Amino acid sequence: MAATTAPIASIGSYAARRERRKAIAYGVFFLLVALAIFFFFVRNSAPGMESTFKLNPTTKEKVIQLGDLVLPTYQTLLVLATVVGLLGLYQIMRGFKRVVLVLGLVALLFVFAFLVWAVRDKSINLLGILTFTVAAATPIAFGAMSGVMCERSGVVNIAIEGMMLTGAMVAVIVASISGNLWLGLAGAVLISGLLGVFLAILAIHFRVDQIIAGTAINIFALGITSFISQRFMQPNPALNSGGVFSKVAIPGLSQIPIIGPVFFNQSPIVYILFLTIIAIHFMLFYTRWGLRTRAVGEHPSAADTLGVNVFKIRYVNVIIGGMIAGVGGAYFTIGSVGRFDEAITAGKGFIGLAAMIFGRWNPFGAYGASLIFGFSDALQARLQVLGKTQVPIPSEWLLILPYLVTMIVLAGVVGKTVAPAADGKPYTKD
Amino acid sequence: MTPVLDLRNITKQFPGVLANDHINLTLEEGEIHALLGENGAGKSTLMNILYGLYSPDEGEIYIRGQRTQITGPTDAIRQGVGMVHQHFMLIPVLTVAENVMLGEETTKGLVLDRKQVASRIRELSQRHGLEVDPDAKIENLSVGVRQRVEIIKVLYRSANILILDEPTAVLTPQEADDLFGILRSLRDQGVSVIFISHKLREVLDLADRVTVIRRGRVVGEAKTEGASQAMLAELMVGRQVDLTVEKKPAHAAETVLSFENLKVLDNRLQLAVNGASLDVRAGEILGIAGVQGNGQTELVEALMGLRTVQNGTVHIAGQDVTNASPRTITECDVSHIPEDRQEDGLVLPFPVHDNLIINTYYRSPFSKGVIVNQQAIVDQADGLIQEFDIRTPSAAVPVSNLSGGNQQKVIVARELNRPIKLLVANQPTRGLDVGSIEFIHKQLVQKRDNGAAVLLVSAELDEIMGLADRIAVIFKGQFTAIVDADDVSKEQVGLMMAGNSLEEALANAPRPTTKERAIVT
Repeated sequence: MAATTAPIASIGSYAARRERRKAIAYGVFFLLVALAIFFFFVRNSAPGMESTFKLNPTTKEKVIQLGDLVLPTYQTLLVLATVVGLLGLYQIMRGFKRVVLVLGLVALLFVFAFLVWAVRDKSINLLGILTFTVAAATPIAFGAMSGVMCERSGVVNIAIEGMMLTGAMVAVIVASISGNLWLGLAGAVLISGLLGVFLAILAIHFRVDQIIAGTAINIFALGITSFISQRFMQPNPALNSGGVFSKVAIPGLSQIPIIGPVFFNQSPIVYILFLTIIAIHFMLFYTRWGLRTRAVGEHPSAADTLGVNVFKIRYVNVIIGGMIAGVGGAYFTIGSVGRFDEAITAGKGFIGLAAMIFGRWNPFGAYGASLIFGFSDALQARLQVLGKTQVPIPSEWLLILPYLVTMIVLAGVVGKTVAPAADGKPYTKD
Repeated sequence: MTPVLDLRNITKQFPGVLANDHINLTLEEGEIHALLGENGAGKSTLMNILYGLYSPDEGEIYIRGQRTQITGPTDAIRQGVGMVHQHFMLIPVLTVAENVMLGEETTKGLVLDRKQVASRIRELSQRHGLEVDPDAKIENLSVGVRQRVEIIKVLYRSANILILDEPTAVLTPQEADDLFGILRSLRDQGVSVIFISHKLREVLDLADRVTVIRRGRVVGEAKTEGASQAMLAELMVGRQVDLTVEKKPAHAAETVLSFENLKVLDNRLQLAVNGASLDVRAGEILGIAGVQGNGQTELVEALMGLRTVQNGTVHIAGQDVTNASPRTITECDVSHIPEDRQEDGLVLPFPVHDNLIINTYYRSPFSKGVIVNQQAIVDQADGLIQEFDIRTPSAAVPVSNLSGGNQQKVIVARELNRPIKLLVANQPTRGLDVGSIEFIHKQLVQKRDNGAAVLLVSAELDEIMGLADRIAVIFKGQFTAIVDADDVSKEQVGLMMAGNSLEEALANAPRPTTKERAIVT
């Protein structure tokens, strides 16, 4: 019977043709990357040059010492260009099954090629870049975790930036007055938690548009911190010198080559981040509270008909989210530089939101995304140190890099992600 | 014997409407009790009161002889009352087990005990014939299976009073039959069921007793044994209802709509319409019969310029309108009653009078240049509200405030108040009550008799059999057969809808006896 047998083949061919076009587009993109490596990097280096990557920490610690990685610049770049080119050809002719992974690999190879070229006839401490990556990713990741907490329960928290900013200032003031960094951290958590309460009341109780409520908090935070900074902290430097958490090496773990110094010789706030990520993941996917949170974020009326208190869950989540943002804020001051400057958070809260989306609202995914943003931050810092002759790109352009990466990631790589279905929608019983 | 549930004098006032006016209802142990009434009669309000989602202004609830206060779903669940809502209360991204345990989670220490929940679900599915995989995600399940999950949710909480709000509205006939089997077996195991419906045949088929509600009041209560559809319809609507469609033989004339070898993709870019060809002539109703999801939606959208035609041609009145804009097609004197009235048919927050001109607002007298003539719009609305019997407080209220039936009448009034050559009606009576269905059917037949070509798409086989002059059966995006309605029986069309060929259907099902008359359900 024609009616049942005929369609199958042509249904396949329509979808297949589209898939094919997409696959070829990826392949062409890979080839372009290969050409870029060739024209920009290979042609600007010469045989005999060497790129040196140091893999040992600069500080003198008990770490198993590794030899430096010395690569012949020209030959390495040629190999990299060839590998990327071959990946592109294979993608066009046969197609990879998991092309997104290959895309990630190509991006990685390109960045590596860039590094190899940038340090031609010089040396760079790769370990230093990675350590700085983890440090730079920390406030972003706290922002992302704050976002995960709030948005999983259905409240968009665009106020993370403002919460972090306020937390950063309060942390340094409390630490300065009390002389205790942990009290400073507690102060930051408290004030950001209060801003969380404020956001929750506006968004949940009064059902104010969540973007507007969050923006209001951001503007308020910027204004009040600038005011306090100019009026009280600048004339009175004693209020703005709380000190910094010193790095704590975790015995055992910190001795692992590369990973040890990068992850396990950091500020205590970084360890708080690791614990937070694990805790959120566990709570979200393995506990009653997590199930209810996800239910409320997806379909609040369904949760309501089963006796789940939608408002309570959302309040708790938004307030905890605020507190997490506070820890991230504290990192800016008592976690790294030890003093507060106006607008010190520099949009990291928003980048945290981007990391949350890139990580698909999952704690570990969001941390991975934060590391990418942190890496671009670390890279631009190191490139500036290398100087104009090595990297003939103006330093202002390099400063754009982290934000550029944010935009490219959000627009291009992430594509369609699925937010919790009730994200940003106030709940009304009717 | 004390009834399981006794509602006394339940009254609920909403702004402007007395939704429940001293309603009494008793539910005996182990019976299926139907709550019958038109849309907006107050059935759902009553059940939401029982489930604790609304609080009554007056009245008492007795459960097993005990007076109880139900202030929220938690109370209802504790009293053994469970509800399957008309719009499923399931979270698509979670698994069956997660949905079932939500609010009543079993944990081992801090951690959710998914295994134990899954094994309880399996046990329940086995005992009640509710086959479902506890680890499947809801978004991957069909509507029929989702409903099973809803029932399991209720049974998981050990409910013995089960409320189902319009459970068959979203089901295919086969799924509805399965559901009835399950409900009967639950009844035999002592569960008492309240079944809300406005479909007469279902009520007679399934229920033991029926309570009829009209405009917030109980207007009758009866055993279904010995009750007839006509009698229930009259109680429900408050007047005699024409259950059969009166129509004279068709006088088909020239071809108005003609499409050839049409190929259309669905939203997932799969081929939904695969080489369909059809002619619809002036003065006939051509009914497209088919189980939902066989390409009807995409076909109609493609014909109306709402979806890209990948291949093939569409002609209306001799003009090539393949991939033409919806406005161009409207200007060919074509009317469209869309499948989803709230999504595609109306701008819900707009007043009734604006909704009545959104396809012709740019024409005189509604517009002069760039200026809209408000008076003309309001005048026309007042006329149409009279003519099409749209029940609304005024033309200025948002159309979202109207009941489903009246919303549909707004669309029908807008689409049919001008001379047309072609009417495309997709599921025009879905979810409507008997009175509105009767009205819309008469309108369709009247347009046909005035010489319009009518393309009717419906998943209700009765509707197709009752209205269509010719029937095209659609299966997997292709027409299995295009036949004269008088030449086939309902059973034969049913077989073709399930994927059998015309020859198989003719051989394996009874032939049409006398002219089959559809009964509106």
